[in-house]
Amino acid sequence: MMKRIWAAFYARTLEFLRDRSSLGWNLILPVALVFGLAFVFSGAGQPLFKVAVVAEQPANHPFLQTQHVNFYDITPQQVDTTVRKVGRHQVDMLLDLRAGQQHYWVNSDSQKGYFLERLLEGSPDGAQLTKQSVKGEEIRYVDWVVPGILGMNLMFSCLFGVGFVIVRYRKSGYLKRLNATPLSASEFLLAQVFSRLLLVVAVTSLVFTGTNLFMHFTVEGSYLNLLLVLVLGAFTLIALSLVVAARVSSEELAGGLLNLLTWPMMVLSGVWFSMEGTNPVMQWLSQLSPLTHMLSAARAIMLDGAGLADISGHLLVLAGMSVVFLLIGAATFKWTAD
Amino acid sequence: MTQAILEVRNLHKQYPGVNAVNGIDFAVPQGICFGLLGPNGAGKTTTIEMMEGIIKPTSGEIFYKGEPQGARFRQEAGIQFQSTALQDFLTVRENLKFFGSLYPNGLPLEELVEICRLKDYLDRDASKLSGGQRQRMLLALALVNDPDVVFLDEPTTGLDPQARLNFWELVNSIKARNKTVLLTTHYMEEAYNLCDEIAIMDHGKIIAHGSPDALLAKHFQDVIIELPQSDFPEAAKDIPHRYLDKVRGTVEIITPDVNGTLAQLIQHGASLAGLQVRPRTLEDLFLELTGKELRA
Repeated sequence: MMKRIWAAFYARTLEFLRDRSSLGWNLILPVALVFGLAFVFSGAGQPLFKVAVVAEQPANHPFLQTQHVNFYDITPQQVDTTVRKVGRHQVDMLLDLRAGQQHYWVNSDSQKGYFLERLLEGSPDGAQLTKQSVKGEEIRYVDWVVPGILGMNLMFSCLFGVGFVIVRYRKSGYLKRLNATPLSASEFLLAQVFSRLLLVVAVTSLVFTGTNLFMHFTVEGSYLNLLLVLVLGAFTLIALSLVVAARVSSEELAGGLLNLLTWPMMVLSGVWFSMEGTNPVMQWLSQLSPLTHMLSAARAIMLDGAGLADISGHLLVLAGMSVVFLLIGAATFKWTAD
Repeated sequence: MTQAILEVRNLHKQYPGVNAVNGIDFAVPQGICFGLLGPNGAGKTTTIEMMEGIIKPTSGEIFYKGEPQGARFRQEAGIQFQSTALQDFLTVRENLKFFGSLYPNGLPLEELVEICRLKDYLDRDASKLSGGQRQRMLLALALVNDPDVVFLDEPTTGLDPQARLNFWELVNSIKARNKTVLLTTHYMEEAYNLCDEIAIMDHGKIIAHGSPDALLAKHFQDVIIELPQSDFPEAAKDIPHRYLDKVRGTVEIITPDVNGTLAQLIQHGASLAGLQVRPRTLEDLFLELTGKELRA
């Protein structure tokens, strides 16, 4: 069994490595995106003011009526994390309007925090809130967005690089030929998964290391944990592509289905902007995307120095999704195009 | 009689609105070349793919070495499909090694290369081979596990005459190694030259089965005399004949009595300069049994 998996793995990896145009594109695109975005967002951050609000019931503080400020509710359990985010300039202010609390947190180094504080003081009842000062350096947008860019590139590479290739193999009759050998469906699929996994992990690590030489990303946590998130996330996304590729034999249909998966994931997984403060339905939907869990775990390691215990929830979700996707993919797999 | 290596019993395959294979029975003795012939859409490929285990029969049974076709068959069968795509960017050697790795036992690479005459192309990208070279490589892939039975589905379609003759030699060399070959082909000459036994299919059924010579002897006791229409005198019109090819203007006379017919032609003043006498061929039998109407 291992001999057959190894043979199929080797043949597929060789095919990919010899396809110079494809390999080149897989390397050039993420590098161009990281540098391009770093350049585009090298100035001020996002123009929106973001204020987190914790309250026992719907709050009606007059300050909340201020226009052009994004107020969003958080739970009391999220206060500690949000205070950290204020320190990182990821949230501009935190208002605690619970009875007996009446505080606000602001980063004294933050330009936006300074303006919000002036607005709060000028609003009726604003002076009743006591200030809790937080200190901390701003996280550059590029530090926040780099896992998103690499994750997005990895998502496209995993979904199209495996799903599309299997559909092409089926359409061309190559799978039919393999079906006439002792190679089983699960052996074939595992070979495809591991081949692509090796390639995307190698390419992503290479791009991250290479761009890090110039950009000096913030990485508070462990690189090994980051690698684990990368491997597990890529594995889940490849497994998802097997579900799409299990039966389809039309490249057009496969392309449509893969786009149907990738585009919502790109929008809802927090690739370009944080999902905090967005519509609750969108936040709920974002939890269904493996990319969300991968990016949240990677950012927690990079920006907050999170350990494995802190991101165990995300890792479990990714592992669970992988198992479900692999089982569906293997159970519904079809060798021939009919 | 030698024990059958493959046997099908009451095999059916139905697709929506079509009975592709409609209850066929036959056995393939060990060590022979068995030809499955028939016009387009007769059910040959469906039959052969059911025997290969690629598609499931609607009903019926398939036996390999006396046992229901199973995992052992997959280890011991070699298959060459009508058209096979392979992975891009791999050389002939890499393809042979890859397929060889999928089986527990097989022929050494050198022996495969020798049998299929691939020495000069071994390190060439498989997608850059000519038609004949490609078919030889696909045959090598079918032989990679040193199979007991080899399926060849229209292996010479699209090849030039030299490449076809070359391929026939390869098939004969496989037979000489005591392998059983199951062949489908559109070329009756090929079937006649390679097959020890043939089955002719039409509309999902077997309509004739036996050795080519036995079938010809059973269906025909006559020969064909062909002569140019210009050499066929008006006075000879009473001899039963037909115009075979109006463009080339050939007259065909089917007769069990060559001497008598030739004597009649001479008597009527026919020129024998362009005359040909030929025995009935498998192609005649094929057309006789399956008709001459164009198939899809």
